[in-house]
Amino acid sequence: MNGVHDMGGMQGLGRIEPEPEGHAFHADWEGRVHAMTVASPTRSNIDAGRHQRELIPGPEYLRMSYYEKWFRSLSDRLLALGFVKPEEFASGRADPHAPKATPRLLARDVDAALSRHGSYVREMAAPAQFKPGDRVRARNINPDGHTRLPRYVRGRTGVILSMNGAHVFPDSNAHGKGEDPRPLYTVRFRAQELWGEAANPRDSVSLDLWEPYLERA
Amino acid sequence: MAHDHHDHDHDHDHGQEPPSDMALRVKALESLLVEKGLVDAAALDAIVEHFEHKVGPRNGARVVARAWTDPAYKARLMQDATEAIAELGYSGGQGEHMVVVENTPQVHNLVVCTLCSCYPWPVLGLPPVWYKSSPYRSRAVIDPRGVIAEFGTKLAEDVEVRVWDSTAEIRYLVLPERPAGTEGLDEEALAALVTRDGMIGTAKL
Repeated sequence: MNGVHDMGGMQGLGRIEPEPEGHAFHADWEGRVHAMTVASPTRSNIDAGRHQRELIPGPEYLRMSYYEKWFRSLSDRLLALGFVKPEEFASGRADPHAPKATPRLLARDVDAALSRHGSYVREMAAPAQFKPGDRVRARNINPDGHTRLPRYVRGRTGVILSMNGAHVFPDSNAHGKGEDPRPLYTVRFRAQELWGEAANPRDSVSLDLWEPYLERA
Repeated sequence: MAHDHHDHDHDHDHGQEPPSDMALRVKALESLLVEKGLVDAAALDAIVEHFEHKVGPRNGARVVARAWTDPAYKARLMQDATEAIAELGYSGGQGEHMVVVENTPQVHNLVVCTLCSCYPWPVLGLPPVWYKSSPYRSRAVIDPRGVIAEFGTKLAEDVEVRVWDSTAEIRYLVLPERPAGTEGLDEEALAALVTRDGMIGTAKL
């Protein structure tokens, strides 16, 4: 969807505020939101989680801090999947008639779960259409669901740097339509192709793009 | 900005500050989820502990220092960063598919996630607020030289700037140039020179 989250190339969104190293969280509640999101029974699908945050209306999205967005999307997702009923969310008390669940993640399993060596690579369903060195154009698509093809490269031509195997396809996975793995390419676009002649001719931006986002140029 | 670690320049008693609206709402949700058996409070404590103390840019700094001092390790790191980083004990969510990009006198790399906040947690921990915020996400791709200059480094016109927008599950780590005059330093002393911003690419060392 063409939401405000897709902000690459915009200007005038404010100053960058540098920050020293050393703090993972800036308030206790931020750590709790992060931890609840990681431990939540809604956690299984990273793409659906991202899309949930994109669905926050634009004006609110821009006003909210990062962990306010996480809190909102965690709450929305718990409600949407039926883990929490609206009455429970409003009152803060569990329905006494609802059966008690078993937490997905227990303290003793946290370290192993957080350092597990997972992967988004899947078996290739079909041979990759492109190879390193090929010139490709990012398609001009404007889906109203989740996509990881930013607007600033749509219609622009770049060169394949690498083929990274078939990765879970967010445009499908975010909507519960299965992982539908597709070849994932790293594609380099010259800065002048993206931003015009004023850009430095040496500079480039590279993105990781799935095959359905690309056509031969 | 709200801060849990109290600054000591205020004059009221500790513990008297009213909790923020967000703190109350988050506490209410946590109580509800614990009551329903959907999360375990001790697991939440352990997750917070993990992100506060077990992951962070010191991990990435050790990877960089090893690459500077051990050419065979550097070769493995450039070939398969995920495996080479796991050799040092760092792996997990948001580090499943690592790629290391190397700065040289001719090339400077900068990492961003324009669509959200993708960041290599096992080696850098959680991102600073600016990395997740609109000003950086929007401008890093269109004006990387201006952004880097705001962090204090003016890149020469003839240096090639390569921006990496983390649009998939590949996570990028910048291998900064080893500073001049550090030939006599051991790995630990070298790691101490490596900054988070140097591994994102907003700064040079």
